[in-house]
Amino acid sequence: MPGQPALVKAVHAAEHLAHRLAALGFRSGKPLQVQRRGSLSGPVQVRLGTTDVILRRTEAAHIEVELREVEPAPIGAAPDSSKA
Amino acid sequence: MKRVALIGMPNTGKSTLFNRLTGASARVGNWPGITVDLMTAKILVGAHMAELVDLPGIYDLKGYSDDEAVVRQFLQTTPVDLVLLIANAVQIERQMSLVLQMRALGLPCLLLLNMADEARQLGITIDADRLAEQLAMPVALIAAKYGEGQPAALKKIGHALATAPAPATARLDALADHSAIETESAAVIAGTVQIPARLPEHLSDKLDRVVLHPWVGLPLFFLAMFGVFQAVFLIGAPIQAGMVWLFEQAKTLAVEPAVSMLPKFAQGFVLDGIWAGLSTVAAFVPIIIVFFLFMAVVEDSGYLSRAAFLTDALMSRLGLDGRSFVMILMGFGCNVPAIMGTRVMRSRPHRLLSMLVIPLSLCSARLQVFLFLIAALFPPSKAPWVLFCLYLTSFGTAILTALIFKKRYVSTEPFVIELPPYRLPTIRQIWLRGWVEVGHFLRRATKMIVIGVVCVWILTHVPFNATPAGPDTLAGMLGSLLQPLLAPIGIDTKLTVALMFGFIAKEIVIGAFAVIYGMEGAALSANMASQMDWVQAVSFMLFTLIYTPCVSTIAAIKAESKSPAFTVLAVAWPLALAWVVSFVFYQSARALLA
Repeated sequence: MPGQPALVKAVHAAEHLAHRLAALGFRSGKPLQVQRRGSLSGPVQVRLGTTDVILRRTEAAHIEVELREVEPAPIGAAPDSSKA
Repeated sequence: MKRVALIGMPNTGKSTLFNRLTGASARVGNWPGITVDLMTAKILVGAHMAELVDLPGIYDLKGYSDDEAVVRQFLQTTPVDLVLLIANAVQIERQMSLVLQMRALGLPCLLLLNMADEARQLGITIDADRLAEQLAMPVALIAAKYGEGQPAALKKIGHALATAPAPATARLDALADHSAIETESAAVIAGTVQIPARLPEHLSDKLDRVVLHPWVGLPLFFLAMFGVFQAVFLIGAPIQAGMVWLFEQAKTLAVEPAVSMLPKFAQGFVLDGIWAGLSTVAAFVPIIIVFFLFMAVVEDSGYLSRAAFLTDALMSRLGLDGRSFVMILMGFGCNVPAIMGTRVMRSRPHRLLSMLVIPLSLCSARLQVFLFLIAALFPPSKAPWVLFCLYLTSFGTAILTALIFKKRYVSTEPFVIELPPYRLPTIRQIWLRGWVEVGHFLRRATKMIVIGVVCVWILTHVPFNATPAGPDTLAGMLGSLLQPLLAPIGIDTKLTVALMFGFIAKEIVIGAFAVIYGMEGAALSANMASQMDWVQAVSFMLFTLIYTPCVSTIAAIKAESKSPAFTVLAVAWPLALAWVVSFVFYQSARALLA
């Protein structure tokens, strides 16, 4: 949900993607917020602290987040496509 | 001579700092086993002359991207006296991990925290002295864009160089794992950096609500690109014409008298071979400068990343990303700067795929040829449709090429990129960019372009007793030889010779008609209309649209790809595609009209 604060719970990705995600701030325990999603299944814009990141939904699906005070759910993908 | 490596994450203003420190004196250096351009420059720091090397932006020393491999390769093979680490002060919390990784290599490091002005505005405070103490390396706060903090930073660099041990290469196997680095990073940050819990809303957020809007964003992007495109070529074209005029004047006033003593063929060789080659190179200078002035604005303002966001949904299906889309659009003005511009993409497969696609953009040189032929052969009511179909073909062949080759050039780079806030580029930044890029082009493409033009001159003038561009020259003979191949697409010997001229620059095809048929203006138009019917004309235009990129584009592709094999593919593929498209069109049109 754009605008809703969440926490990174875990990153389930192959090593090369995990490296990049970690370098851009996707580290477990960090707060994040989805700013917007591109139309036509375009990329998502995520804010992590002072850094804004854009990433494709296929890549976002590797990140497991915990919505603050709401059920855990992956960002980016549709609600039913559970974490990879 | 000391050697200093400049290392930092992408979007930290690394190149801005490099340009600040070195002015326009930078040049491309050669390093063992490294396939990307590394800019180097010699600067005086305190009492030391130092060679500063600008390494590509990296996220992680253990990362898997092409750039990360380049930096590792460099550090392992090239001894350095000092590593200048540059980090974005606003994002110090995230970028500390790279600083700690670098420190672990055991090389002397100095940390520059850039964009100190932005950090201040956001209320982020950094205790630089305490940070220096904890990291055991000198730390300086700067704003590279404005030169803020530069004298103090240079003093620290000078001191670090004076006390540095003998230069050394890095041992990368000693790197600690990520969790250890993260724990240490958190500890360092906790004692030295204060970030307000709630950041003030940035102006960028307000702008992005419009610029990245789901419905408004894309039309706005096309409008912006149209504006940039018009501006580049409206400003560039008259300067280009002026440059050509200047070379013509110099030719009649200085070069012609100077070679008048030589035999006739030597005169032709110098004037229509070498001199024509040099003026072809010169004609690109204004367009490249203006193009990169505007690209610097698009890139440094942060809009290029937004363009990537907006167009990614479409481009990811073609195996490309939004940044290549911007370059393909620019290719419709001129392929050469568009090819050079692909350097904004950091993944080599992406860059190669883009370089294969860009030459299919219907550039302004080809447009001139089409306007001439269409006006000669089609009534005004049909003319716009013919041109429209040529543009459609241009897009179609570009998409087809991307779809066919995307499996061969698969990028390993994940599409996870930073979206920087909007920034106003400085005039100095913009101007330096245009200047540096033209330098690149002149140094690396001049030789190949001149050789190409000379070759075409030889083809069309040897043997010297034959009529230039006539059937008895090498070009004429080659044209006859190729007839079995080109007759089925409606291209006769004379048109083949015109196509050979088009290799120099596509617009020369019109001039070549004038030479080959020995007439000009309205007479030439009337002659063309009597020489070929509309099916032949369209087939010829399709072929001209797609067949080999001009010699300057090829020179740019060779310089950017650094791969002769790829350059051959970039010539051979469109040539084959051009023949197939023309063949299908010509034969089916003939069959339908029979």
